[in-house]
Amino acid sequence: MTADIIHRLHFAFTITFHYLFPQLTMGLALLIVVLKTVALRTGSEVWDRAARFWGRIFAINFVMGVVTGIPMEFQFGTNWARFARLSGGVIGQPLAMEGVFSFFLESAFLGLFLYGEKRISARMHWFSAVMVWLGSWISGFFIIVTDAWMQHPVGYTRLPDGHFEMLSFWQLLLNPWAIFQYMHNMTGAAVTAAFVMSAVGAFYLLEGKCEEYGRIFLKVGVIAGVISSTLIIFPTGDLAGKYVAKNQPVAIAAMEGLYKTEAGAPIVLMGQPNEETGQIDNPIVVNDVLSFLIYGTTKAEVQGLDRFPRDQWPSALPLLFYVYHIMAGLGTWFVLLMIVSAFLLWRGRLATSRWVLWALLLSFPLPYIANTAGWMTAELGRQPWLIYGLMRTSEGFSDTVSASNGLFTLLGFMGLYMLLGLLFTVLVYREISSGPEPVGVKTPH
Amino acid sequence: MMGFLWFWLVAIMIVGYVVLDGFDLGVGVLHLFLVHTEAERKATLASIGPVWDGNEVWLLAGGGTLYFAFPLLYASAFSGFYLPLMIVLWLLILRGVSLELRNHIDVGVWRALLDGVFGVASVLLTIFYGAALANVLRGVPINADGYFFLPLWTNWQPGIAPGILDWYTVIGGLVALTALTLHGALWLVLKTSGGLEQRARNVVSPLWLILVALTVVSLFATIAVRPASLDNYFNYPFTFVVPAGVVASLAALWLWNRKGEPLKAFLASCAYLFFMLAGACWGLYPVLLPATTGSSNDITLTRAISGPHTLAVGLAWWLFGMALAVGYVVFVYSRFKGKADAAAGGH
Repeated sequence: MTADIIHRLHFAFTITFHYLFPQLTMGLALLIVVLKTVALRTGSEVWDRAARFWGRIFAINFVMGVVTGIPMEFQFGTNWARFARLSGGVIGQPLAMEGVFSFFLESAFLGLFLYGEKRISARMHWFSAVMVWLGSWISGFFIIVTDAWMQHPVGYTRLPDGHFEMLSFWQLLLNPWAIFQYMHNMTGAAVTAAFVMSAVGAFYLLEGKCEEYGRIFLKVGVIAGVISSTLIIFPTGDLAGKYVAKNQPVAIAAMEGLYKTEAGAPIVLMGQPNEETGQIDNPIVVNDVLSFLIYGTTKAEVQGLDRFPRDQWPSALPLLFYVYHIMAGLGTWFVLLMIVSAFLLWRGRLATSRWVLWALLLSFPLPYIANTAGWMTAELGRQPWLIYGLMRTSEGFSDTVSASNGLFTLLGFMGLYMLLGLLFTVLVYREISSGPEPVGVKTPH
Repeated sequence: MMGFLWFWLVAIMIVGYVVLDGFDLGVGVLHLFLVHTEAERKATLASIGPVWDGNEVWLLAGGGTLYFAFPLLYASAFSGFYLPLMIVLWLLILRGVSLELRNHIDVGVWRALLDGVFGVASVLLTIFYGAALANVLRGVPINADGYFFLPLWTNWQPGIAPGILDWYTVIGGLVALTALTLHGALWLVLKTSGGLEQRARNVVSPLWLILVALTVVSLFATIAVRPASLDNYFNYPFTFVVPAGVVASLAALWLWNRKGEPLKAFLASCAYLFFMLAGACWGLYPVLLPATTGSSNDITLTRAISGPHTLAVGLAWWLFGMALAVGYVVFVYSRFKGKADAAAGGH
């Protein structure tokens, strides 16, 4: 295994594991604000206890996100030093801003939310929840800005010695790629939280325990779910896809498995890209749809991979094709399930529709897979570039860190994260199993 | 001018991190020794519970600031110090998880395990941090491209080809361990009560004596390993006020602890950490990372710094953002003023 591959795996593994947690943090922070708002408005103790319950789960999730996130900031320097040295003047800023603006905000108010309920007013406690939500969404923004610059570099200049300097702060922050990616990504986080909350609600109703809370979680989760799983496709997925097609046409061709340029290009729903023949094996296609999705007309020509030099094709093409299809396929399931659930909720029949409750319960891992697949699509689609059109990934890793050292630490992280993952699962399950404080029972709080 | 400013802004963030997370780490070191009952354990953890995460943020904000202001230093140092940095990351993970999740399972074996992990991780972190600073002060074998890679140890001698650990950096590690443990003890005196407070107060004197000795040894050792550390002081003699500050803060710490003024003693400890770090930075300036392979390979401020526009923009948001951050810190600490409430600890 070469140093190149090890350093890619190192970053890919640690970031994939890390992002399992922030997606729930960002989505759940929003839903906790909803619970606290209802509690504050109605004076309802039940909604407050619901918020406190999710706060406990939030806290476990948040600390996992924090501890797995710290290695990410350092990893630009440890494993991708040549990239960091050249790009620091540009993307070092949003990364530093994430620390300065959002982490301080999040941690300060999370401390208040979790530890300070008895020391502050109800309104201040609600405000703390809002600030945590805001902090987490600001955090997401700066990370997206960083990735968006790598995907679509703007507002920069390149000096003779190769390194990049920022020319325009606002162009960097308002990079159109960042705007589309942010909208799509945050909606994805909301999908995760909505499904997790709905699943817990479904669990309680199927088990016949904590039923009043079960109904609240289903209501909030399904409403959030139907909104977010619709928005993730349209408009956010649509806008993001169109922008990728415009700026990274080779990526879209690879994602869609379009080997040959075609007017009236079909969309492949399923199949296996055959790298030797340059075709899709066992294809299930719908004609004309790809042209329509990208350009709005079925007659439009979509560029295939044949239009681009081989050395510019995303290097892991079948993998890119599959993760994109996994994401889109799951996204379709989400919107269908949530529309059905929302309809039943509206008719007052969701709580007794056991088949749908089972579907909601079993679907909770799927948004995690979809979000991961989406990020893999973005990062694999950008290949072979690290900074699109400017620097190849193979030019960016730390060449003083040997493959052996990289593998040593990668194995260390894999072992540690396996333990963390087990711990997380056990702890969250215990919280769910013990449930919120029972209604009508006086608690020490 | 911008270079000078950003050097000190990054230094401030490092000082901020050490002063704040320093007492979290110190408490971690002490808690296995000073705590006798479960109630005391809960009070100890409650004293740092609401603030530890925000304290740790200074490390991240500082690292990010380093990345954009001095990208060559960030890239060179982080890849060169690869192995110890990764170990530090793992220790931070263990510290954070053990602290935060300890009260989540009501089983004695679980609590004992996480208490142990918290303690060991805290001890090792302080030693690694001290050794890291000592590595920077001693210098590393930087090549002409600006990069290096250090093994964990070579022959335990500082020299042209040192390892992360040699006798000098081990001293650095011990200074940090002692200083931050003392810092944590003073925090516990401030925030806990009863037998625990008394035990914390009792360790202050012995720790202080060890710290004075180690401080003196480390100052002489630094001059021996890198005589150029004194250049800036002799060129600007008024800056000898910094080592004077080290002495003064140590004296003040002793006096205020004896007089039973825990807040002032704690602040004196903060001042000690500030003066030690400021003194180290001034001993280096304008070199950011000295090269044991000859001073032409030094990573200097001018070599590492980002362009003027980047820095100007950075200054604007940094000042605004840090003002907000200080605001939050003050607000949160004020809400948790007074003795730690074990019953309120946790969620």
